[in-house]
Amino acid sequence: MIAFENVSIRYADATTDALTGVDLRVPDGELCLVVGRTGSGKSTLLGAASGHVPHFTGGRLSGRVLVGGRDTREHRPRELADVVGVVGQSPVDGFVTASVEDELAFTMESLGIDRPVMRRRVEETLDLLGLADVRHRPLAALSAGQQQRVAIGSALTAHPRVLVLDEPTSALDPGAAEDVLAALHRLVHDLGITVLLCEHRLERVVQYADSVISLGGPGQRPTYGVPGDVLGTADVAPPVVHLARLAGWTPLPVSVRGARRQAADLRSRLALCTAPSTHRAGGDIALRVSGLTVGYRGAPPVLNDLDLALAQGQVAALMGRNGAGKSTLLWSLQGALKPHRGSVRVGSDDPSAMPPADRRTRVALVPQNPTDLLYLDTVGAECRQGDKESRRPAGTTRTLLDRITPGVGDATDPRDLSEGQRLSLVLAIQLAARPVVLLLDEPTRGLDYLSKDRLGEAVAELARDGVAVLLATHDVEFVATVADRVLVLAGGEIIADGPTRDVVLSSPTYAPQVAKVLAPEPWLTVHDVAHALSVPA
Amino acid sequence: MTRHRDLHPLAWWLWAIGLATAASRTTNPLFLILIIAVAGYVVAARRPEQGWARGFRAYLILGLVVIGIRTVFHIIFGGGLGETVLFRLPELRLPDWAAGIRLGGAVSAEGLVSALYDGLRLATLLICVGAAVTLAEPRRLLRTLPGALYELGLVVVVAISLAPQLVESALRVRRARSLRGGSGTGLRAVASIGMPVLAMALDRAVALAAAMDARGYGRAGSVSAGARRLTAGLLLAGLLGLTLGAYGVLDASAQGGIGLTSLLIGVLASIAGLAVGSRRVLRSRYRTDRVDARSALVAASGVGAGICLVIVSRYDVATAYPSTYPLTAPQLALLPVLGLLLALAPAWIAPAPAGPAAAMPPTARSPGSPGSPGTRALAPGRADETAVSAAARS
Repeated sequence: MIAFENVSIRYADATTDALTGVDLRVPDGELCLVVGRTGSGKSTLLGAASGHVPHFTGGRLSGRVLVGGRDTREHRPRELADVVGVVGQSPVDGFVTASVEDELAFTMESLGIDRPVMRRRVEETLDLLGLADVRHRPLAALSAGQQQRVAIGSALTAHPRVLVLDEPTSALDPGAAEDVLAALHRLVHDLGITVLLCEHRLERVVQYADSVISLGGPGQRPTYGVPGDVLGTADVAPPVVHLARLAGWTPLPVSVRGARRQAADLRSRLALCTAPSTHRAGGDIALRVSGLTVGYRGAPPVLNDLDLALAQGQVAALMGRNGAGKSTLLWSLQGALKPHRGSVRVGSDDPSAMPPADRRTRVALVPQNPTDLLYLDTVGAECRQGDKESRRPAGTTRTLLDRITPGVGDATDPRDLSEGQRLSLVLAIQLAARPVVLLLDEPTRGLDYLSKDRLGEAVAELARDGVAVLLATHDVEFVATVADRVLVLAGGEIIADGPTRDVVLSSPTYAPQVAKVLAPEPWLTVHDVAHALSVPA
Repeated sequence: MTRHRDLHPLAWWLWAIGLATAASRTTNPLFLILIIAVAGYVVAARRPEQGWARGFRAYLILGLVVIGIRTVFHIIFGGGLGETVLFRLPELRLPDWAAGIRLGGAVSAEGLVSALYDGLRLATLLICVGAAVTLAEPRRLLRTLPGALYELGLVVVVAISLAPQLVESALRVRRARSLRGGSGTGLRAVASIGMPVLAMALDRAVALAAAMDARGYGRAGSVSAGARRLTAGLLLAGLLGLTLGAYGVLDASAQGGIGLTSLLIGVLASIAGLAVGSRRVLRSRYRTDRVDARSALVAASGVGAGICLVIVSRYDVATAYPSTYPLTAPQLALLPVLGLLLALAPAWIAPAPAGPAAAMPPTARSPGSPGSPGTRALAPGRADETAVSAAARS
């Protein structure tokens, strides 16, 4: 269905190929997952399949890409629209109309499909993706999961034979991600659509994949094959694969179900060990919130009478579905959002009453989109500006950055950095002010496993230095690794609050893969298991 | 399933163009402020609760900036005429070859007032455009475009969605700037906010264009080179005619006949061009935007206001253009005030905006009967009466 014939792609001004020697065929009706580290060319590969590369991005494509028998060199993306449906990373950026029905019909209108057919397909798609209840709503009023399903639906109505999805669940909470993936799974099975998909959080998707393309990086040829074979050697793999490698299971399981069937032996061995406690002894109270009520004009309050205390050296994860008020809570803790009622105190100070420059020395926030904070044209200039803003000796920010992520050149433009490097830069800038409390909003979005590990280490080190860290995230695996306390937010209230292990193990949505494989034994991470096995009981 | 909740996307634009015409036909600050008030009230009453609709404030601020610039320029580049000298700036002697230009010197009340009127008029025009952008769903306009205008449509959609996105990202980045201790005001803040906002806007524009392309927007059938040249020629001629015509009609000092003629030629050439060009595009409509009674009334109320002011500017010049030499207090008159109040009608006629919680059951549809020939052929006169009575009820 999709054929890459010895394809290499090099962008203008680049010194190395973005993709080298891709020579493979994805057969009809397969769900193919593209994996690789940041910058390994995943988006380029997906773009090449839809004609987006090189028609929109420029660059040189050698070799040939055939989609449904059509050569992408001779067909612009719009002429491939009846064969390939594309769903981008951020569905909102790609919406052309403003309401669900219009959006679903847009591609069909462009293809000149008759109205009765359009009507029928819109109805079918609404049902297929569970969108019938929201059909008349403006797109902007939908939740992130619904928006993503609309984006998939609008690509589907044209009945393409190939669907290309770039990180379809990166912005979604675990529940919404399940919904989207279940819908995809159904499409592959019911309609026989070929799906080409990339995703950083492999633990979410790998069990649905029929095949995997692993991109090694610049200059390396990709490997293609069944998930078990490819992931055994790939440099990125979900926790369940790491666990399987540790336990030496063959054939390599890629799903929780597959792993559980081979895990009986490991479970009985681990039953003899004690799982490490996730609870760290906290220091003094760093942040105290009482009776916090926050809302926007003309709407019910987002946060309602909320109490919370955070100790020094504690790493707490804030979870909850999209739109539960996690970001609102972080911004009110930082002081930029004034609460209607209630108080936020860092020590004895109220951040919302302080000027912004002093506020940062109490509470630092890294927002969901860290790029918003960067505006200079080199990393070096950003670092120097950071020193000035924090009134610290020259070089403070640079030193912090090198500690979090070494090897970011001073002359690099921040816009050319990878997601992980950019996050590190913003983190360094914010940490230069030596805050008492650090707030992170969705820090793992768009990060590959290696960058996530690095972030985890940085957070752990901060906690050791006595900084209280609160991170809002959907990433259950990351939470299992770094957090010692989990808060779940729903309906403006904290509905669960406790040590990570207790909260995470009590619900399957929030349980990490290792916990699911080893249940009822209370283990959360591969690291803990490896540690326990290496120490004789 | 068709819904009749939404107005025809052109209705709000016609309404706003009517108001803008009214504004272009007067310098009377009372009328101009009334126009701004009317536009502002309707926006406040019928603004959809969505991203693009939050930009109206930006247009108001832009209006103030325009007035400011106009006044400052007037003060610097010679506001000498008139007896009532308010103050004197040091005057700069310019060489002979720049004899027509004055820098500094006396500033008179008369000149200043006339500059203020002028600035206010320009600001009002801007605010009318802002009201249309705020009220009408910009992306739905795209669907009313003929297929021949593919490239233009793409540009327009990207551009129109860009403005509110700029405002949105500016707010976001400004908030983010405060995280680094910046106050978010002052010249340096402008630079530090401008950079990321522009970069983001550019990225999003490219993403939208790519998404539209990937979804087959503007797929072309085969077309001969001759037909393409004919389309281009006709459209160019049409555009030229429209521009000249619009200038002739809107500018009160130009000869009326020439304006109308070139407008007519422009319209005909454009229609022909679109007809020829549209043959190359295959495109179908999921839902046609029908002209229903409400849409007609909304458009008519704005156009009505425009007509009233055109009449006033012709027969009651002293009211429409209050004299500034000598200075006189601007007067109100019944006809223009009634005409402008007419344009308030959409605040009640237009369907209530669908809010974020608008999981409205289909039964909440408007009781209008758009299909029937009676309502569709509604005469402007009748529309005006209804609108006036609606305004009077308030």
